[in-house]
Amino acid sequence: MNTMTTTATTTVLDASDVTMRFGGLTAVRSVSLTVNSGEIVGLIGPNGAGKTTFFNCLTGLYVPTEGKVSYKGTVLPPKPHLVTQAGIARTFQNIRLFANMTVLENVLVGRHTRTKEGLWSALLRGPGFKKAEAASHERAMELLEFIGLAHKADHLARNLPYGEQRKLEIARALASEPGLLLLDEPTAGMNPQETRAAEELIFAIRDQGIAVLVIEHDMRFIFNLCDRVACLVQGEKLVEGTPETVQSDERVIAAYLGTPFEGAPGAEEVAEVEAAEAAAPGTDSRTEDPK
Amino acid sequence: MTTTLTKDTGSKAIIPLPPTTARIGAVAGAVVAFAGTMMPWTWTSAYPGDLTVYGYPAELQVVTLTGALLTALFALSGLGIRGLTWLTPGGKSSPVLLFALGTLGTVGYAMGSISYQLGGVVNLEPGAWISGVGALIAAVAALGLPAEVAPDEYEPNLWHRLRAATKAPEPGRSTKELPAWLEIVVIGVSFALGLYVFAYCIAAEAELFIGALITTCFGAAAVSRAGLLARLTTLTTKHRNVTMAAAIVAAACFPFTQTDDTYALIGANILIFTTVALGLNIVVGLAGLLDLGYVAFLGVGAYAAALVSGAPTSSIGVQFPFWAAVLTGAGASLVFGVVIGAPTLRLRGDYLAIVTLGFGEIFRIAMQNLNGNTGPDITNGSNGIPNIPDLEFFGFNFGESHEFLGTPLGRPSNYFFLMLIVLVFVVLVFRRSGDSRIGRAWVAIREDETAATAMGINGFRVKLIAFALGATLAGLAGTVQAHLQSTVTPEQYQFANTVPPNSAFLLAAVILGGMGTISGPLIGAALLYLIPKKLEFLEELQLLLFGLALVLLMRFRPEGLVANKRAQLQFHETDQLDVPDQRLPQDTVSVTKAGA
Ligand SMILES: Nc1ncnc2c1ncn2[C@@H]1O[C@H](COP(=O)(O)OP(=O)(O)O)[C@@H](O)[C@H]1O
Ligand SMILES: [Mg+2]
Repeated sequence: MNTMTTTATTTVLDASDVTMRFGGLTAVRSVSLTVNSGEIVGLIGPNGAGKTTFFNCLTGLYVPTEGKVSYKGTVLPPKPHLVTQAGIARTFQNIRLFANMTVLENVLVGRHTRTKEGLWSALLRGPGFKKAEAASHERAMELLEFIGLAHKADHLARNLPYGEQRKLEIARALASEPGLLLLDEPTAGMNPQETRAAEELIFAIRDQGIAVLVIEHDMRFIFNLCDRVACLVQGEKLVEGTPETVQSDERVIAAYLGTPFEGAPGAEEVAEVEAAEAAAPGTDSRTEDPK
Repeated sequence: MTTTLTKDTGSKAIIPLPPTTARIGAVAGAVVAFAGTMMPWTWTSAYPGDLTVYGYPAELQVVTLTGALLTALFALSGLGIRGLTWLTPGGKSSPVLLFALGTLGTVGYAMGSISYQLGGVVNLEPGAWISGVGALIAAVAALGLPAEVAPDEYEPNLWHRLRAATKAPEPGRSTKELPAWLEIVVIGVSFALGLYVFAYCIAAEAELFIGALITTCFGAAAVSRAGLLARLTTLTTKHRNVTMAAAIVAAACFPFTQTDDTYALIGANILIFTTVALGLNIVVGLAGLLDLGYVAFLGVGAYAAALVSGAPTSSIGVQFPFWAAVLTGAGASLVFGVVIGAPTLRLRGDYLAIVTLGFGEIFRIAMQNLNGNTGPDITNGSNGIPNIPDLEFFGFNFGESHEFLGTPLGRPSNYFFLMLIVLVFVVLVFRRSGDSRIGRAWVAIREDETAATAMGINGFRVKLIAFALGATLAGLAGTVQAHLQSTVTPEQYQFANTVPPNSAFLLAAVILGGMGTISGPLIGAALLYLIPKKLEFLEELQLLLFGLALVLLMRFRPEGLVANKRAQLQFHETDQLDVPDQRLPQDTVSVTKAGA
């Protein structure tokens, strides 16, 4: 909180008119979103709305068909490692840890962009290398302590319980010292206690001066956590505002309950999907989440 | 092992016997087998090794005798005899069974081989039968020992239960702390033992070699099941530098154990093979890049060194000093590595495998065609470059025999020592690069390339470094190989061939031995070189047997002979002891493959 009040709010992330098409399917359609420093912004929307795809566009995993993404004023090239280098770190909806590396090694990999020892220094093992390794270890252990996994530093990542794997993924992302953290459904599969703990963790991260953009389905979570919420439906940003306004918005409710609505953006897609479904009954793969 | 105890099949033996009876039976069988080795096994010395003498066992009998003795010792250790219990910190039943099976296998092989070579079972003397029956009794009795690991299957059949009987729980943590000097002595003794077995096998005739190989393989499995290997591993990880020094000393002692230059030459060739395999392990084991044409980089190094060696048929009439030749060879391989890697490593998937496979063949065919006839005259085509002169350092000529510590060391021994230095260098490179920022990046790429790039790793760059480093190390080994063999020909660098090193054998050595480990490829390469060399009479069947062995190994021990801890957990997840068996959701994998 302190950092937030002392520094003037600046725009950390500025995505303008991001569009992503896969062949005929427009997964993200002209979405603009900003995240300011010290903010926790929520991104909600039904499954298949394009939230994960939007994240992939932000982090360079996908090259957006149109639009641009800038971080603290500089336009980001669509290369994942450069995006991370610039200061955006992320987690994945389906946990993607380095399963056969230890917990500590996973976090150390996260330090990659903040260290620069190459092959030569690894082979020669000069004092600089040892110092850098020691510093990395120390920082990684601090992070593990922060998320409460220090006692499992030597375990293989694959052997951690689900909730701890999610936490480890966050620690790994934090290791790259980001200015913005993107969390893709961080509480999916968690029980209520774990969800509360995750909330605490995200607050703590924000208090370190890291802006957070989080995809979530749990409305209570969004309500407690977010300063601002954007709702994505069928690739388009429907509304954006405080959690209260978004939650009470009719169109959002309609989108979540699945009732079709007239005149709203995306209606032609709905019609299209329905037509397709009518043509081939029993196939609703479109609404299924691929990630 | 809590899970195994809850299954009711856990402690059942395959043959129902009271445990103590079974143990005593195993000891008794071993004693009988031992007694048999003191008697002649055949009547004529026509069978190699002369197994006709009373009270003085021939070498094949000594191997059997050793197996019987170890069976008895490990059986007694399980009885809780004081002073022997340290032998079995892990399994107490399966080591006995494995040793007994090894002994039985050796006697059985000897009996079969005698009958076959001399034309009938009549050529067997009673001693052979006594040893055979004794080993059989020991094996049967060992099957009566309580199984320590339940079969994985819910309705285990005999085969499942047999497999389970050869398994054992991991030993717990050692309660007794040994003094440091004793630990170092243990490491030293282990390496000395390893050297002894290796030197023994390398000089053995085919019959003895097979017998010793059977006993050694079963023995190694038994020692590992008994938990001794795990104990040794804790020691070697604790004293890493001592271990390295002991390994170097043991290897350096090898030429002194050999009186015959041919065996020293085999040793030097094994070192070349292992060095190249270890280089490949950086590419395959750490970075997860499938390189099917790796031997071509060895060839590039060898040809480059041959061209600048001052050989009379070299098209470049220069003679570089060795250090410059090494730089030339390694540099040439590096260049080729980058040229091959740069366009292909940007792509994901199997492109690299295809391109490297192609490169391997292109290299060989290009060397064949640069003969002045079908192309410019550079490499003399299929005749290769013969008469590469021996190396000379400061007046030390590698081609001559030198007296050292009273032992004459011939030409192959000289190269053996040079190659040992190269191997140590490669081991250091592997260890240091693997345990660093770049090494972690390699493993991360291997594990999940998308996540790795999202963590800020420049996948292309990191993979190119691994690929180029591997190529350089192979080129380095190639420069020594050119001088050792004094000839380079295109046919030495094929994809598959009966003579290692070739790309297929190199890859097999890495996979057989254990990906991502240091000792794995060393052991794998040594075995893969030695076995075909010793069993030349199997020439026609060699590749078939080799393929069969690979299939069996992949079925029963996919992580390779020396499992690195990661791989072991990956392939046998249920063996994990102290942590809950919770995995990443299964569909992660399939989604990963489908793209970001
Ligand atoms: N690589 C891809 N190729 C084709 N279609 C894709 C790809 N990735 C996502 N999609 C489609 O984009 C739409 C949005 O998916 P996604 O962003 O995962 O939704 P959400 O995360 O909001 O549940 C889905 O219809 C999905 O099928
Ligand atoms: Mg999603």
